[in-house]
Amino acid sequence: MPPKPDRELETMQGQPGKEGSTPTHGVDIKSALRKDDGAQERPTEPRDCLEVKGLNLYYGQKRALHDINLTIPERYVTAFIGPSGCGKSTLLRCFNRMNDLIDGVRVEGEVLLDGQNIFAPEVNVATLRRRVGMVFQKPNPFPKSIYENVAYGLRIQGVKSRRVLDKAVEGALRGAALWDEVKDRVHDSALGLSGGQQQRLVIARAIAIEPEVLLLDEPASALDPISTLKIEELIYELKKDYTIVIVTHNMQQAARVSDFTAFMYMGDLIEFGKTKTVFTTPRRKQTEDYITGRYG
Amino acid sequence: MTMSRLTHHISHQFDKELEDIRSKVLAMGGLVEEHIHKVLECFAKGDFDEAEYVAVNDFKVNALEVEIDDDCTEILLRRQPAATDLRLVLSVSKTITDLERIGDEAEKIARLVLNLRGSGGISSYYMGMLSMGHHVRRMVRAALDAFARMDSESAFRIAQEDREIDAETDAIMRYLITYMMEDPRSITRVLDAVLSVRAFERIGDHARNICENVIYLVEGKDVRHVALEQVEQELRRDAE
Repeated sequence: MPPKPDRELETMQGQPGKEGSTPTHGVDIKSALRKDDGAQERPTEPRDCLEVKGLNLYYGQKRALHDINLTIPERYVTAFIGPSGCGKSTLLRCFNRMNDLIDGVRVEGEVLLDGQNIFAPEVNVATLRRRVGMVFQKPNPFPKSIYENVAYGLRIQGVKSRRVLDKAVEGALRGAALWDEVKDRVHDSALGLSGGQQQRLVIARAIAIEPEVLLLDEPASALDPISTLKIEELIYELKKDYTIVIVTHNMQQAARVSDFTAFMYMGDLIEFGKTKTVFTTPRRKQTEDYITGRYG
Repeated sequence: MTMSRLTHHISHQFDKELEDIRSKVLAMGGLVEEHIHKVLECFAKGDFDEAEYVAVNDFKVNALEVEIDDDCTEILLRRQPAATDLRLVLSVSKTITDLERIGDEAEKIARLVLNLRGSGGISSYYMGMLSMGHHVRRMVRAALDAFARMDSESAFRIAQEDREIDAETDAIMRYLITYMMEDPRSITRVLDAVLSVRAFERIGDHARNICENVIYLVEGKDVRHVALEQVEQELRRDAE
């Protein structure tokens, strides 16, 4: 994984003027993290990575997201859980404006990435998507070689040096815990890989261009249990370098991989907090009913 | 069963979490054993500071119990452990309850013996308990060893020692009763000693419980409330 010295610097400089900001739903993430009984220890204060402010989203006349407010901390794993149709994938897709591709979608409110509203007219969507990568439920490798899949994003950015590409491809494949399995056949077709390997390849492709945020939409739901565990272990490794937001139907998976959990229901954010708290002592009855299987 | 059965999960973090609670239990056990040792030192040398130390520091044992319990909750929540892993978490959770009670009993003995402070040193009632006390301490240590090595055979052997402890308790009780019969004015003092003997005996019971937890962890058999002979038969039958 290539180091990111610029980020380290930003973290060390701290953020004057942001001290007073308290996330909604009564959870002060920063003070919760200081006590650190669930999340990993970090040397410095977590920064806000994504801030969602008063977000409403409409599919035509239908309002799919109702006044969502939450803050996603940098370099932690945040999971969105909730029943089908609760809006968790819709919310996730807002973070790199994937909803722009759907007709009749209208968004109100703001999503700030490092303080900048991603819906602002001057924002270049291609640039945004380079900073906020996404991996989908079904692995979608390009019908090219493993190498070309990973190098794709860099080639588009104009990188031509073989040496740079080789290094980046190996780094990304190692980062996605796939290198050892494919190093002898990187020029074989990616379609010959197993489902679990393809999914890790897609993650390698996403991290090859060094995004800041990785959005994972049900990344393991099409995989067998062992491949699922490998992806989960990978997520654990990746959060050292990336902010990860994951949507999952699998509550146990959310419990295993995430530091923070948001429970959504019918387009509302019902509860957001540390995963351990949400899963041991949820504040809302709706959350409790859902995570204990009493929903419906 | 060897320790390697606890490791080699796909998730290395899970390996680390299991290893973590295991070593914390051993640390907690070490602390508890130290407290028993200090109480006995107080008996042997008449140094009340040793007992004072135990009376003041039991909170550390309690804090560890809370901490490890919290870790167990988190593992159950995050990992949904199965088989050996599940049994490890359950037996850790029970073992720390026993260790915490052992800590409480040691504190109780420390406070009882501190009643003698300022009245001419340790009385002979307590000297009579030294040998039994050391036996109990060795039993706690051996039980923790069996836990550390996941050794169900030694756990079974150590559990049997509880009977010896019970026999020693009876002997000391009879001995203390003779003092009370000889001189009714001694009754208050001797009663303190009786409570101390009782506390040591309870520590032996908890050590036995820890051994039973080890057998459950290794063999998957719940041997609580079962006669030792029966346990032995079952363990033999499995070995054959």
